[in-house]
Amino acid sequence: MTSNLKWKAVSILIVVLISVYGIIGAPTSWTAVKQNFADRIKLGLDLQGGTHLILQVQTQEAVGLETDQVLDHLKSDLSDKGIHPDNISKLSDTQILVHNLPTDQAGAFRDVVSENFTDWDVAPAPNEASGYVLTMRPSSIAAIDQQTMDQSVETINRRIDALGLTEPTVAPYGRGDNEIIVELPGESDPNHAKDVIQAGGQLELTKVEGDQSYPSEAQALAALGGVLPAGSELVPGDSGTSNPTQPGGESWYVVDRVPVVTGRDLRHATAEPSTENPGFFEVAFTLSTDAARRFGPFTEQNVGHQMATILDHKVIIAATIENRIEDSGRITGQFGEQRANDLALELNAGALPASIKYLEERTVGPSLGADSIRHGVQASLVSLIVVLLFMVMYYRLSGVNAVVALLLNLVILLAALGYFGAVLTLPGIAGVILTIGMGVDSNVLIFERIREELRAAKAPVSAVDLGFKRAFLTIIDTHVTTVVSALFLGVFGTGPVRGFAVTLIIGLLANLFTSVYVSRVIFDWHLAKMPRQAELSI
Amino acid sequence: MEFFKQVDIDWMGKTKYFVALSLSLLIIGGIAWARKGLYYGIDFKGGTLVSVRFAGPPPIDKIRQGLTQQGLGDSEIQQISDIGDANTNEVVIGLQENGQGEEALDAGKTTILNALHSTLGTGDPSKQDFNSVSVAALADQLTRKDPLSLGTTGVDKYTQLAKQLTDYRDHDLRGVVSDLGQLQSAGASPAVISALRDTYSASDYAVINVEIVGPKVGAQLRKQAIVVTLYALGGMLIYIALRFSGGGLLHLSAGSGSFFLWKWVDFVIFGAAAVLAVFHDVLITLGLFSLLHFEISLTVIAALLTLVGYSMNDTIVIFDRIRENLRLMRRETFASIVNRSINQTLSRTILTSGLTFLTVLVLFLMGGQVLRSFSFALVVGIMVGTYSSFGIAAPLVVAWSHWRGQGASQTGTAAGDKSRRS
Repeated sequence: MTSNLKWKAVSILIVVLISVYGIIGAPTSWTAVKQNFADRIKLGLDLQGGTHLILQVQTQEAVGLETDQVLDHLKSDLSDKGIHPDNISKLSDTQILVHNLPTDQAGAFRDVVSENFTDWDVAPAPNEASGYVLTMRPSSIAAIDQQTMDQSVETINRRIDALGLTEPTVAPYGRGDNEIIVELPGESDPNHAKDVIQAGGQLELTKVEGDQSYPSEAQALAALGGVLPAGSELVPGDSGTSNPTQPGGESWYVVDRVPVVTGRDLRHATAEPSTENPGFFEVAFTLSTDAARRFGPFTEQNVGHQMATILDHKVIIAATIENRIEDSGRITGQFGEQRANDLALELNAGALPASIKYLEERTVGPSLGADSIRHGVQASLVSLIVVLLFMVMYYRLSGVNAVVALLLNLVILLAALGYFGAVLTLPGIAGVILTIGMGVDSNVLIFERIREELRAAKAPVSAVDLGFKRAFLTIIDTHVTTVVSALFLGVFGTGPVRGFAVTLIIGLLANLFTSVYVSRVIFDWHLAKMPRQAELSI
Repeated sequence: MEFFKQVDIDWMGKTKYFVALSLSLLIIGGIAWARKGLYYGIDFKGGTLVSVRFAGPPPIDKIRQGLTQQGLGDSEIQQISDIGDANTNEVVIGLQENGQGEEALDAGKTTILNALHSTLGTGDPSKQDFNSVSVAALADQLTRKDPLSLGTTGVDKYTQLAKQLTDYRDHDLRGVVSDLGQLQSAGASPAVISALRDTYSASDYAVINVEIVGPKVGAQLRKQAIVVTLYALGGMLIYIALRFSGGGLLHLSAGSGSFFLWKWVDFVIFGAAAVLAVFHDVLITLGLFSLLHFEISLTVIAALLTLVGYSMNDTIVIFDRIRENLRLMRRETFASIVNRSINQTLSRTILTSGLTFLTVLVLFLMGGQVLRSFSFALVVGIMVGTYSSFGIAAPLVVAWSHWRGQGASQTGTAAGDKSRRS
């Protein structure tokens, strides 16, 4: 054996060892082998059962909210500067209309906008002599979208974590449609997961105007003379938990629109058994220092007045403030233990910044997954065995060479899946089977070429050399074209298609190594050992 | 062993038969396509799909009755039969997307499950369905109930027991535990079973798969599939055009008065022929899908792209040989060089196609329901793809060179001259 060949053999051995280690680690027992294998080769949802959700974050809501806030700012900024348009209103989620601005104030108005509202473009309003339209810049819209998406992913992640599943996935999905993919292995009840994801958790503590509730929306309006006081809104009471004056009846509250404390100001919330209401639970919370600095003076000023605890736009309870509260408080209501726990969880996880819509839901039961594995593995093994037997029968000793190359190809493929942390899905198994097909093709191409050269009366050594050289060009061409199409699948495809593409690409790259490099080394080694005049077994 | 030693078939002389064959396949598929359309799966059309497995033969009438009672009389019930296993006892209930948005889809699933439960359910509705419980949840429940009085040390034991029970359910009973008493054979003691009865109910069916795809996603995926396929074809065209720049190989542009576009086609003729052949394969396969009412799902798109790869593969092997032979054989006509190249690679073509065909046939027969459409696309695709490389792609290049080179022999000579010079 030449030293060159020796080094090649060593390099192959190293690849084999790394691959085997990648699949089963360095096991000490048969159970450890199985355990390591299960740990390293991750199965997709379709093979192990679980729930897969795709949801869309309605980011335009967050954009609309930003516009609302800017509108408020603009109003106060303008009136500070003595600029008084007839009206300022929201035209759409991204547009504000400033109606009928006195012409002599136009310059001052533009100054205010360009100074304080840099994310907005000003243009004269259409169909209006002296009005203006402010439009949010696309870059700011994109920034809000992005921020909303990030927050949503984070919040959903925290909520899903509370489910205690092994390795859930929450990640942005697709390209730019504000979609999130949630994959929950082993969870076969999607409704539970959806409840947890969608749970509100939007908490607001705010002042109750007039310190009373009304039995209906109409009566509330009538009591106020038909118009809501500026800066206030009507919020219904939650009939389940608040304690309306009329049992079973509705209750409505007029509250301050700007809450003094929101869910974001919470540092921590926990569920505890209620001291006043035996058998019920309440949620105790602590506030951030910043919020406590606001909450203290607020409660002090409003001692004797009512404050409403609003959760997801429903008043849970409105209670009279007894004395100054600094940084801690309680949400009392007629909560059961489960509800109080969920509420604490929701408050800790924070609210979703915008609502979500489900676009896709797939649940694979555990037995179907087990079925699919069995079918997939059986089919792969049967086809592998058939192909290997054929290769040995048809190409005799050289066929054994092909068998080694094919098996090594599969070992490298599995190891790569483990190292990259890619999951094996059903289409992935199909990709493995197609890799077997391509591997066979490469071997057949080479062997047929060697046979042709032998027929042309070449000596075994040069026949092998020429066979590999000539077939190599073709193999490169076929592999590159398939990899090109698989790349497109991997980049532009989603879900199952991508799993397929990933295994196919890895398999093809491994195949270039095994059927060209490894196979060649085995041939050379065999040729070096066999007598000069002997025939090649092919 | 050797199947083919020396073959000498005049492939190009049979072009008219190939054209006839391809045309008739395309026309048959086209008629089916035009009349019945493509049978899109839920991935592409949106809707709700609930797969249910029964302990015995599915009571289709009762299911239909239950669905009608819930106002879902128009839902589609499809009984699944497996070639490898006639008694799959599976039913897929499909609900068309009814244009009422995402909420309607979710409601559809709930209604289907209610319908099943009201007509077939035997268990207590307030209890959890044992057939859908996961190992982790079961282990958790057992540990909490502690029917074997193991105390805090029981976690490992119960986890193992839970695994045992779910394995028994999923493998031995194929997912359907009709009665919790059956678990006795899996090593559950009476105490364990009675503890399970407190929390779980069992029925004669198990919901094994639920898929809900919103209408927007469906449309999006359909568009994406087409775009991806076209990109992949474009990528291949470019690669092959670069590797086999036909103009240079065939010396075609020697003809006078060349129109600019033709020169450009000269350059990409090999790539264009390969892509056209692959297009032909995809169309024929889709036609067969329409004719035989096989469903087009996301995985079928993966299969179609694989067949694109395979067909391309076969074509490239032949083109590679043509390129090589153009340099070696000087006096022969282009058509005979192509014939020779196909004959030389014939044994490889048949071996590889045969073996891959065998592989996907195994997949088709044994791969189970989920891979059925996928493997069908490949079974068809490999046959058509192999045929199209010598029946469509090669003749296309020959026909082009005839038309452009005004006589094939000059073409061959021209190419030969070039290689002699270089």
